[in-house]
Order: sequence, then C-alpha cells, then structure tokens
Amino acid sequence: MHLSPDLWVWVGALLTLFVFSFLFGDNPFYKFAEHLYVGVSVGYMIAIYYWNFFKPDLIEPLFGRGELILIVPLILGLCYLAIFIQKFSWVVRIPMGFVLGWGSGIAIPAVLQANVIKQIQGSLITSQTLAHWNTFVWSIVVLIGVITTVIYFFFSREQKGSLKVVANIGIIYIMIGFGASFGYTVMARISLLLGRLQFLLRDWLGVIH
Amino acid sequence: MSFLLAVCFIFGIGPPEAVKACDRPNDAGKCILLSWKLSPDDAGLKSYDIVRTDAFGKDTVVGSVPSGIGSFTDESVRDNVRYTYRVVARQDSLRAESVASGIAVSRAQWFNKARVNVLVALVIFSFLVFYFIRHARAGRKLFIRRIAGLDAVEEAVGRATEMGRPILYVPGLAGISQISTIAALNILSEVAKKTAKYGTDLLVPNRDPIVYTVALEMVKEAYTEVGRPDMFKKENVFFVSDNQFAYAAAVDGMMVREKPATNFFMGMFWAESLILAETGAATGAVQIAGTDSVHQLPFFITACDHTLIGEELYAASAYLSRDPLLLGSLKGQDWGKVVILAVLVAGSILLVLSGIKGLSFLHVIYSFFNIS
Repeated sequence: MHLSPDLWVWVGALLTLFVFSFLFGDNPFYKFAEHLYVGVSVGYMIAIYYWNFFKPDLIEPLFGRGELILIVPLILGLCYLAIFIQKFSWVVRIPMGFVLGWGSGIAIPAVLQANVIKQIQGSLITSQTLAHWNTFVWSIVVLIGVITTVIYFFFSREQKGSLKVVANIGIIYIMIGFGASFGYTVMARISLLLGRLQFLLRDWLGVIH
Repeated sequence: MSFLLAVCFIFGIGPPEAVKACDRPNDAGKCILLSWKLSPDDAGLKSYDIVRTDAFGKDTVVGSVPSGIGSFTDESVRDNVRYTYRVVARQDSLRAESVASGIAVSRAQWFNKARVNVLVALVIFSFLVFYFIRHARAGRKLFIRRIAGLDAVEEAVGRATEMGRPILYVPGLAGISQISTIAALNILSEVAKKTAKYGTDLLVPNRDPIVYTVALEMVKEAYTEVGRPDMFKKENVFFVSDNQFAYAAAVDGMMVREKPATNFFMGMFWAESLILAETGAATGAVQIAGTDSVHQLPFFITACDHTLIGEELYAASAYLSRDPLLLGSLKGQDWGKVVILAVLVAGSILLVLSGIKGLSFLHVIYSFFNIS
C-alpha cells in the first residue's frame, strides 16, 4: 500500500467517498460534496461562457472590430435580464419567441432528415437486398419492425382488433430494442464505476498497479 | 524532370492517372473533390501528395493520403478561384507526378438538391398539420386513444395534494432547440395548471438558463390562466447548474430532503436518468417519465411507475390540454405516419421491381431517397 502524497488526489478521493456515502442515505458529507459541486460547476460555467462565447463572439467583434450587427443579439440577450424587473418582465418574451422560433426552424428539418428520411432509407427493401437470402430475411424483419412500431404510435384509433395485434408486435420490437440498449448502457456505467474504483485503489491507496 | 521520369521508368514507378477535380455539389463552398486512378505500382508506394496550382501558377502541397486511396477533399480553397491539381506518387525519395487535372472552381450552392426529399416531407407534414388544425378549430371532435401514463397525471397531483408534499418536475437536461424539451415545457404548463388548482407546490429545477426562463414564464402563465396567480412561487422554478452531474446531485439531494410525492422526468436525458429515477423510487415517490432518448428509456421503464415512450411524450401535451391547436397537430403527425408507411411499402415494391429489365426507369427512386 502506497498512499498518494498528492493533496489533490486526497481531495478527489474524499469527495468520491462523500458522494458514494449517498448510498446510505442523505448525510452532511454528501450535502457538502453536492453543494461544492454545484457551486464549482456554476462558477466554472460562468468563466467558460465568458471566455468561450461572450468575449470572442461579442465583445471582441463588436467593440474591437466594430461589427455593429452584433448589437441585435446583444439587445436580445439583454432582454433576458428584464425578468428581474417586475414592470418590464414581459420583455423576456421577445428573445424567448426568437429562440423558440429559431430552435424549431433548426430542429424540424434536421429531425425530418435524421429521424424520418434516413430511417426510411435504411428500411426500404431494394432489388439488391433480395440477392442473398440472409439480407432479404433481415430486411423483412426490419421492415415489419418499422411498420408495427409506427402503428403502435398511431394515436387516432383505439388499439383493438387487428390494430391491437399489430401494435403488440410493435411493442415486442420496442422492448427487444430496449433490452439490448439496457445491457449495453449498463456495461458502460459499470466501466465508469470501475474507473472510480481504480482511482481510489490505484491513485489514492496504491493497492493495485 | 527528365531525370526523375528516367528514374521512375528504371524502377518502375508509374504515376497516378486520370486526375479529376470538381466542386463538391450541394455545399456551402470552399471545397473541391479530387479523384484519380491509382498508380500501377500502388502496392509499393508510401503516399500520394496533392499539389494545387492557383490562377497565378503558385504550387502548394495541400495534403497527402496513404497508398491505396484514390480520392482527396481539399477544404482549403477559396470560392470562385480557378485551381488545377496534380497528384504525386511517392516511394522514399522517388516521385512520379500525374498530368494536371482540368480547372476546378469551388462555389457555394443556394439549394441542396440532395435534400429535396426533406422539402417534400416538410411540405406534406405541414399541409397535414395545418389541415387538421383548421379541422379542429372548426369545432370537429378529434379522437385520441388513451395513453396510460398520462391518465396517471391527475391522480399523481391529487396524491401529492393529499400528502401535503410538493411535486418535482424535471424538464430534461437539453436546450430549447430539442423537440423533447419543447414537449416537456408544454406538459409542464398542463401540470402547473393542475397544481395551481389543487394548491400543491411545484418544484422545477433547470439545467439550461434559457429553458429556465421559458419554464418560469410557462408556470407563471399557467397559474394566471386558472385564476390562481397568488399561488405562484417564483422561487420554486430555479436554475441549478449547467453541469450534468452537479445538476443530478442537486436534484437527488432535493428528492431526499423535500420528499416530493410525485416526480416528473420529461424531456431529454443522458446518463443521469437512472441516478434520478432510482433516487426518486427510493424516496417512495410516484414517478412519471417521458423521453425520446432510446438509450435512457429502458432505465425509466425499470425505475418509474409510468413511462411515456418516444412520441407519446409529444402527444402528451395535446392529450392533457385537449387544445384544438395541439390536437390538430397531433392528428396531422398521425396521418404523416400513414404517409411514411405508404412510402415504405410502395417504395420497397418499386425498388424491387426496378431490378427487372424494362423497369429500370424506377431507379429514379434510388436518387430521391439518396440510396447508393
């Protein structure tokens, strides 16, 4: 056993144990780690936002290079601060409307492209997929899965009779997908835990190499 | 030069041939695509150097690719400038240079032809949505089937009221441009109306500063709409931290200290989903979750009482509010799905038929869907 002489390793190890203590319920150690984490992350965020966005994207081009068009986003940004003034709090709706409109405009074509068109591309059966029996079988499995799953998410009809049968096949597909995803993600989470245990046992206590 | 050619000839290094340079189609400019036929001695080569000559005759080596590769993308060009390219095959100190390509000029395109399919889909969906919204506003009744998770909302709010405990609403961790966040905020509005009616506290911790301002406004408006603006507590809708796990740690702490009777997790979630849902389950709260994140849904299904899967989250606000605008758009989406299914089935049949001699004109469907 070779305890680390590095002060920051000790700080990291103790904070890790403080967070793990939550497994036994809420306690002052967890509260300390939680409040420290939130405080540090907010302070860090402010610094990051200033150096990565505010300074290079607004202050330097506007006041340094005279790009006056940036007055528009500056005013929109300042409108958010109106929320602190009761009389003018309605002003906050202007940038919100802008952001929601912009967000929807950006998101809708992207979602159509990624979640509709690309999925249709991947699910279509082509003459090439018929060339080999295995690609043919799997493409049929995929096509049935897509059709039944989409039908499960059809809200305009009551799920009864044949629609219920098809929707039930869809939910079986969905659950198989979730099962695979669950196992995959659990493995990733365990690797995160192993990373923390390695830090405690190797970097801090020095009992493993 | 003649010496080099002689060396190449003696050692048998052939130059690359048929160098072609062209503007990359459907892009924002500043890019030229190159392709060439590999040197006959490609197996023994080290690399290919790409030499660009600009309008003033200045040569610049713009990149290098290993042997076996016959293409390169030059993203260091300026628009509307004429360039030619040569490809130099290299093996240690030996070089074999191709003939220069034709002139290539990079230009930005106004319209991405590869996305015509997206435009068509957008027009169809928009038409369906507007049609059904008009239909709904005309007062016609639109049916929506029962969604189990949403029937529990009323019950969950009632439970919190009876127990005298608050309700926790987490509107996901994504920004406002995520559709799931917008859906989560719509549901928040409906939940806020119910808590206002019942006089139950509603806690809304936020990770994104913009989502926070929108959530604050929506909750305030919901309380005003049901005639209880006095019940609205501004401090209950708050920003925590934009750090994912700092946010999760704080919300966990809130769950064990405030002991909310009901937890809502709606919107986009990442690795914190199980941390939140597991802690909530340990406190004995009724939990209703909804997300379109495929990787997080299994965790919510295992740890929550009710889970809205994918599109059920989008349908939720229409289901809860019965607002004609939302009902109409939900109906439009539903019929959009019917169009998708029809395209899938008809497209598959036509693509299979395109393999038959005489029906090869059906190959146009490949290009419409960008299938290679």
